[in-house]
Amino acid sequence: MAKEEHMSEKKIRVLIAKPGLDGHDRGAKIIARALRDAGMEVIYTGLRQTPEMIASAAAQEDVDVIGISILSGAHNTLCPQLMKLLHEKGMEDVTVLVGGIIPEADIPVLKKSGIAEIFLPGTSTQEIIEFIHKRLTPAH
Amino acid sequence: MSELSDRKTKSGTTVANARTASPAEKAWEKNTLAPTLAKSAERQKEFTTTSSYPIRRLYTEADFSGGDSARDLSFPGEPPYTRGIHPTMYRTRLWTMRQFAGFGTAEDTNQRFRYLLAHGQTGLSTAFDLPTLMGYDSDHALAEGEVGKCGVAISSLADMEVLFEQIPLADVTTSMTINSPAAVIWAMYLAVAEKQGADWKTISGTLQNDILKEYIAQKEYIYPPEPSMRLVIDTFEFGMKHTPKFNVISISGYHIREAGSTAIQELAFTLRDGMEYVEWAMRRGLPVDEFTPQLSFFFNAHNDFFEEIAKYRAARRIWYKAMTERYKSTNPRSWALRFHTQTAGCSLTAQQPMNNVVRTAIQALAGVMGGTQSLHTNSLDEAWALPTEFAATVALRTQQIIAHETGVTHTVDPLGGSYFVEALTNEVEQNAWEYIRRIDAMGGMVAAIEKSYPQREIAEASYRYQMAVDKKEKIIVGVNEYVTAEKPIEILQIDETVAHRQAARLTKLRAERSSAEVERRLQALRKAAEGKENLMPFIYDAVKVYATLGEICEAMRTVFGAYEEVSVT
Repeated sequence: MAKEEHMSEKKIRVLIAKPGLDGHDRGAKIIARALRDAGMEVIYTGLRQTPEMIASAAAQEDVDVIGISILSGAHNTLCPQLMKLLHEKGMEDVTVLVGGIIPEADIPVLKKSGIAEIFLPGTSTQEIIEFIHKRLTPAH
Repeated sequence: MSELSDRKTKSGTTVANARTASPAEKAWEKNTLAPTLAKSAERQKEFTTTSSYPIRRLYTEADFSGGDSARDLSFPGEPPYTRGIHPTMYRTRLWTMRQFAGFGTAEDTNQRFRYLLAHGQTGLSTAFDLPTLMGYDSDHALAEGEVGKCGVAISSLADMEVLFEQIPLADVTTSMTINSPAAVIWAMYLAVAEKQGADWKTISGTLQNDILKEYIAQKEYIYPPEPSMRLVIDTFEFGMKHTPKFNVISISGYHIREAGSTAIQELAFTLRDGMEYVEWAMRRGLPVDEFTPQLSFFFNAHNDFFEEIAKYRAARRIWYKAMTERYKSTNPRSWALRFHTQTAGCSLTAQQPMNNVVRTAIQALAGVMGGTQSLHTNSLDEAWALPTEFAATVALRTQQIIAHETGVTHTVDPLGGSYFVEALTNEVEQNAWEYIRRIDAMGGMVAAIEKSYPQREIAEASYRYQMAVDKKEKIIVGVNEYVTAEKPIEILQIDETVAHRQAARLTKLRAERSSAEVERRLQALRKAAEGKENLMPFIYDAVKVYATLGEICEAMRTVFGAYEEVSVT
């Protein structure tokens, strides 16, 4: 019940973004649609976004969550750049999630940079939806 | 129990023509089947393929004796090639074992190539990194973090020379997975061949060069469709005249399937892409019987064994009909659809990666039973990274086991005549034609892409599939069932020193070459791009004086502009 009340107050706003040169957008599109079906307001950036473009889109759209889809191996370069930009803009309250092909060894480094969670291949859309709800629902 | 009318399924496909069970079959239903079902129900209400295509309990002669089965089946090496394009198939020559490889610098990949050839691989296949695929040099700002990651970094002829060092291009056939900048990379390859003294008239290999599926699925495009198609047809024309043994295109369903399409969509969109290329080339004035023997295809091999086999068999039949009926081809070499197969990367799991060896083996077997001409088997670490040497070796061994130990190569089209396989081949073909005709009605594939039609169809199918997995309607072992805790596997890491080495090499190259000559040839290319001439000779001229990939692609971009898609979510 609490969850429904929260949702009726204000829809959760999510930016789904594809940074880098990679065009494999199957995952990004599925997540965008699944979050939308779960009642969230979803903006998809389209392909080939630089960290600057993603940060300014997130600010402009006033989102609660940024979902980064990355499969190309460029996460160690692009994710810290995005986190730095969000920090500069004073947007630390935005939850940043990463989905894609991320070697286990890189996960602690990404989390340390402020990324809330990393979702690996095989994650169900339900897990991600639940994570977002849990994270954004204020504790009683 | 006979199904008398076509019915539409959830996935929008049409199933089954009029089916009349024989008296014997009806008796079996009554006397044997009914009592069994009364005792215990079947495990599921409906059984479907991986693509959600419904499968019947039993197939009999009633399922494929309709139509002209003798004509549709025929004999191997004869139209419509359902049973294979060669009369003896693998009894004479096995398929080409062609493992896709590429990472780091040209030196790194050259070493892996030579390793694979030393271990019995029979052809090469080059994976390029994302900056190369997008037409950027390794030192471009947008290349940051991506150099050498998904493939090898090639920025100029100098890199290409290293890539094929000590690999005789006169003898080894090479496939190059490159699309938007295909003409440039091919020019580099031809320049290396020339330097090695290999005869262009006899060298062979395959250029992927399939821009339509980039707009549809993989999204590695640079220019808008019109100038992109011009470049493709330029390579057709150049190849027809100068490299008659080279496959100038590999019309690809692989990426369409990886993007989440069904098997039927993969088949239909790929073959309609093929028809689009033929039509654009014919409009250019190329004689259909002269350029079409150099067209080749590339399909995915997913988990559903019989659905995949039916897809390959139907593909050959559709292409034969299209070539002879639509384009009035009189050259049998244009009629036979030749294809490469790659096992489905998207079917492989990050969880319990050893299971991927099993999946890949079954998928590869489907490719072989479907009559493939060449095959790539994915590595067990596919869902994590580019393969380690160990993983790449197991993948190659998988093919060798199928070739030498299973016996499936001993007879041609071993599944020919199976009620199920023949019925499914017919149904898959019929459904693919429906899609093809829908795209015809839209004005062809370029028009359909501009309407986002195939993109939307694939996004729908992909979402449906994911929902079925999330709801456990489809079981993926180790992912949504039979889950166990596990340790990370060893994976190949590409570090940033690759980017630094590439940048240093480019700086040196730019200092040593004749800048005036490079600029002169780039200017000639720009001018030609504004007109209607074939651009291949201009690109080749620029490549020869070490103009870089980025410079050449940028020169054309100033004339052609860049493409931006409308995202479908």
